[in-house]
Amino acid sequence: MTIIKRGLAALAAGALSAAFAAPAFAEPVKFDFWFGLSGDLARVVDTLCKNFNASQSDYEVVCTSQGNYDATLQNTIAAFRAGKQPTVVQVYDVGTATMMLSGAYKPADKLMEENGYKIDYSDYFPGIARYYATSKGEMLSFPFNSSTALMYWNKDAFAKIGKTEAPKTWEDVGADLKALKDAGYDCPMAINISGNESWQLMEQFSAIHNQPIASKNNGYDGLDARLEMNKTKFVQYVTDLKKWYDDGLIKIKSKDLGQDMVQAFATGTCQVIMTSVGDHGTVGKTQKEGMNWDVAELPVYAGTERKNSLVGGASLWVLSGKSDAEYKGAAAFLNFIHDPKTALFWSTNTGYIPVTKSGFEYMKASGFYDKAPYKGREVAIASLTASEPTEITRGIRLGNFTQIRAEFGTQMQAIFANKESVQDGIDALVKNGDAILDRFQQTYPNKTLP
Amino acid sequence: MEKRVTFGRWTIGILFAVPQLLLIFTFFYWPAGQAVYWSLTLQQPWGGGNIWVGLDNFRSILANADYWNSITASLVFAGISTGLAMVIALVLATLTDRQLAGSRLYRVVLIWPYGIAAPALALAFRFILAPEAGFMAAVNKFWPGFWDPGLNGADAMASVIIAFSWKYVGYNFIFFLAALQAIPRSLIEAAAMDGSGVVRRFWDIQFPLITPTIFFLLVINITESFQDSFGIVDIMTAGGPANATNLMVYKIYSDGFRGLDYSGAAAQSIILMLLIIVLTIVQFRFIERRVHYR
Repeated sequence: MTIIKRGLAALAAGALSAAFAAPAFAEPVKFDFWFGLSGDLARVVDTLCKNFNASQSDYEVVCTSQGNYDATLQNTIAAFRAGKQPTVVQVYDVGTATMMLSGAYKPADKLMEENGYKIDYSDYFPGIARYYATSKGEMLSFPFNSSTALMYWNKDAFAKIGKTEAPKTWEDVGADLKALKDAGYDCPMAINISGNESWQLMEQFSAIHNQPIASKNNGYDGLDARLEMNKTKFVQYVTDLKKWYDDGLIKIKSKDLGQDMVQAFATGTCQVIMTSVGDHGTVGKTQKEGMNWDVAELPVYAGTERKNSLVGGASLWVLSGKSDAEYKGAAAFLNFIHDPKTALFWSTNTGYIPVTKSGFEYMKASGFYDKAPYKGREVAIASLTASEPTEITRGIRLGNFTQIRAEFGTQMQAIFANKESVQDGIDALVKNGDAILDRFQQTYPNKTLP
Repeated sequence: MEKRVTFGRWTIGILFAVPQLLLIFTFFYWPAGQAVYWSLTLQQPWGGGNIWVGLDNFRSILANADYWNSITASLVFAGISTGLAMVIALVLATLTDRQLAGSRLYRVVLIWPYGIAAPALALAFRFILAPEAGFMAAVNKFWPGFWDPGLNGADAMASVIIAFSWKYVGYNFIFFLAALQAIPRSLIEAAAMDGSGVVRRFWDIQFPLITPTIFFLLVINITESFQDSFGIVDIMTAGGPANATNLMVYKIYSDGFRGLDYSGAAAQSIILMLLIIVLTIVQFRFIERRVHYR
């Protein structure tokens, strides 16, 4: 019934607008933007869309949240197969390789060029840009919401053990956690070991230490790349984490168990966590009254030359098969998002970092990072730009990476439950992950990454 | 001029059946056929190139230790949750069937659980069974480490079994109660006058008379435990820890939708379908013989 009614209403509306629309006042060109953020963040995106629509009268973007990143990609694929895809879609970092081989997109840099926008791509922070660029440096999608992992530490607790600074090396972390435990803190540090934590435990750690996740420069040089983290410093890292867990210095916190890491930190239950800078706002809003805390870059092992950390988040892809008018709108929209003023609005309201140097400078100049709730977020930029990206730290380009992350969670759980030794667990992760990569390569025979 | 259209019996039958057949074809056979085709190819998620690989998908799945683990987990889950849901429901139905004060109230209360959507139910049980909050936190205070579904696979399996059985107790209860109430009172009264006790009356009169219902529920419960467990697993454990609750239906979802491996997921759903068919045949051949239809 309702479908019929709606159909009739649409018909009537169509007839009316056809009858009354004067050719001089052309309707704005509508195009769809699908994104994966929800809740608070979705409301910020909606405002962003409203601002864009209000800024000009030629185009109208229709923004629809699909709930989360996974669902956005799934729904977009289903829509694409049915020929009803949105013009612009937000795809998470690990979906990049899948998108690149899909043949379903219009390269963003070409789109901008064709529509007369001159974008200075060197303005993007290199660590962010290279994650989404081809090996030749072409920007196929535009970075949108970006973050990186930081260490959050409770200043009050550290003051009790005579420390005024966050630990800079993992050796120091071990000593500090022990001291915190001895000072009576039940949960010196909290971690989570689900598949999603692969991002900060495996990927960020590996980048900062310039250790590969996979051969062929983390997959940038070919689909025949295979995993390698069972031979890198990552093994030592998991060994240490497991030992600290066994000694009661680390607790596992997750939503399934009643309290996630961020809550555990904000309530003062746990004194150290590692999580996205995107959680900076949440900790500030939900923290225990009067608690003093700060953020620092993730630690490295002593003697390591620190490299840039990896970007997390998502980028905006423009899909193929749309009209020129819609592409014009999409280009205007991407240009709007690229604007430093939009960056300020976006970062103020979310916790994500600006993706361009000009956006960052604009925010610094406007005093953003001096204000209380936002102070500390500049550490994320420092972490992302700690070095010029190397062949390994520019990103990860592996097919079906979501499944590899799930496998990471499975093996970490087996290791922490004493079902497997650290080395055996990571070996199994590599073996099963390689099978996943194998399958991806078989699905795309004779194809290479752009 | 009058035109008269006449139909033979045969054509009329077909005409009436056509809408039904079309629906069944569109929603059952066509997707099932599609799944068979996908399981024999490698599907590129965005469409475009599909590569014919024959039985390779099945070979690689059956060679995968994780897949066998998920079959075992599914069987354990099906066996225990079906057993629990049926026994508890039967006991409750027998109790409410008797002329107790307030039995109407009990009935309503016991039927409720089935009306709750799986995700809401799973969310509630996630809180109830969280190791650091609520009841289990108190238990953990007494025996530190007693309950740890985050790392202990058996605890995680117990959680999803409890949630699933809880839901199906309500469902089974409705059927058991209806079956019990259909038994003529005179039979039971006669037995009571002959001096047989409650237990004796149950085993000799009521139980044999409700065996058709028991059999029906057994088939439904086992089938549902393979298919309807998805929402509960997704919210409570997401297949973890270390694949302990990665039931077949959940693995299909995570490989197919999250992993975009449509072909592997299609092959797995074919295997799941075959398994359910085999289980149903086995039940009809071996258990139905002991059922007394009136």
